[in-house]
Amino acid sequence: MREKAIYLLAILAALVMIPNLKTVFMDLPDEAMQGAIYRIIFIHVPAAINAQIFFTVSLITSILFLVKKNFVWDSISVSCIEVGTMLVLVNLVTGSIWGRNQWGIWWAWDLRMTSQLMCFLLYLGYLLVRPAIAEPTQRATLSAFVAIFAYADIPLVLMAIRLPNVRTQHPGPVLETGTMAKEFHAPFGLGVLAVFLICTALILIRQHQETAQREIDSLRRELHSI
Amino acid sequence: MDITNLTFLFYGYSAAWIIITAFVFLLVSRGRRIDRELARLKSLVADKDNHPR
Repeated sequence: MREKAIYLLAILAALVMIPNLKTVFMDLPDEAMQGAIYRIIFIHVPAAINAQIFFTVSLITSILFLVKKNFVWDSISVSCIEVGTMLVLVNLVTGSIWGRNQWGIWWAWDLRMTSQLMCFLLYLGYLLVRPAIAEPTQRATLSAFVAIFAYADIPLVLMAIRLPNVRTQHPGPVLETGTMAKEFHAPFGLGVLAVFLICTALILIRQHQETAQREIDSLRRELHSI
Repeated sequence: MDITNLTFLFYGYSAAWIIITAFVFLLVSRGRRIDRELARLKSLVADKDNHPR
């Protein structure tokens, strides 16, 4: 069942992504101010949006683990965080390359970019610290608390370009302000969907590994007790 | 068409796909390692059950 779902998601992702990449690279015109480079938005922003979706799922599942003590919630949480962290890295790297082209600098320590870097470091810390705790219940409980703490950065990332008195190098929210041309909306939405489908498949694979890892832990304990 | 723009666009998409591909490779290699370890431990447990001390 899980394998079928993974294959189905991968096929759906390919069906959405391939025609969308064709539209982005061959059909859409260059942007008036930026030329061809603006097309980076179709990977840069979907990566960030999906990372925030998966971090929100990890927040909910971490709370559910603390309430119900069911390890399924912990496995979903860690899987979402791992994939989300990878997406934040994609967002930071593509943003930096875009910034170098448009602003002439690789990085600016403004609120948006710094809070996003903090987000990456917080969740990377979660992933690095987690394997250091051997006892499964203790590991899952501590991980849940760290995931809830790390999520505190997400509202800051979201608000960084919306706060009235904060000047950032990063542009404002183009979708909300209507500064994105209408013809870019569909490929943008399909880009978000394609990344979501691919990453959901990756999360299912990662969650299966987490379940198998718990089985390994229990077999090791059984071997020690024989 | 501005070639510098296209070069940076190429860098951007290449970087994104390299990161995603590297992540998938890590995931696959970890999956293989977990499967091997699980099979090894299961056979060890079965051996110990069949030949108790």
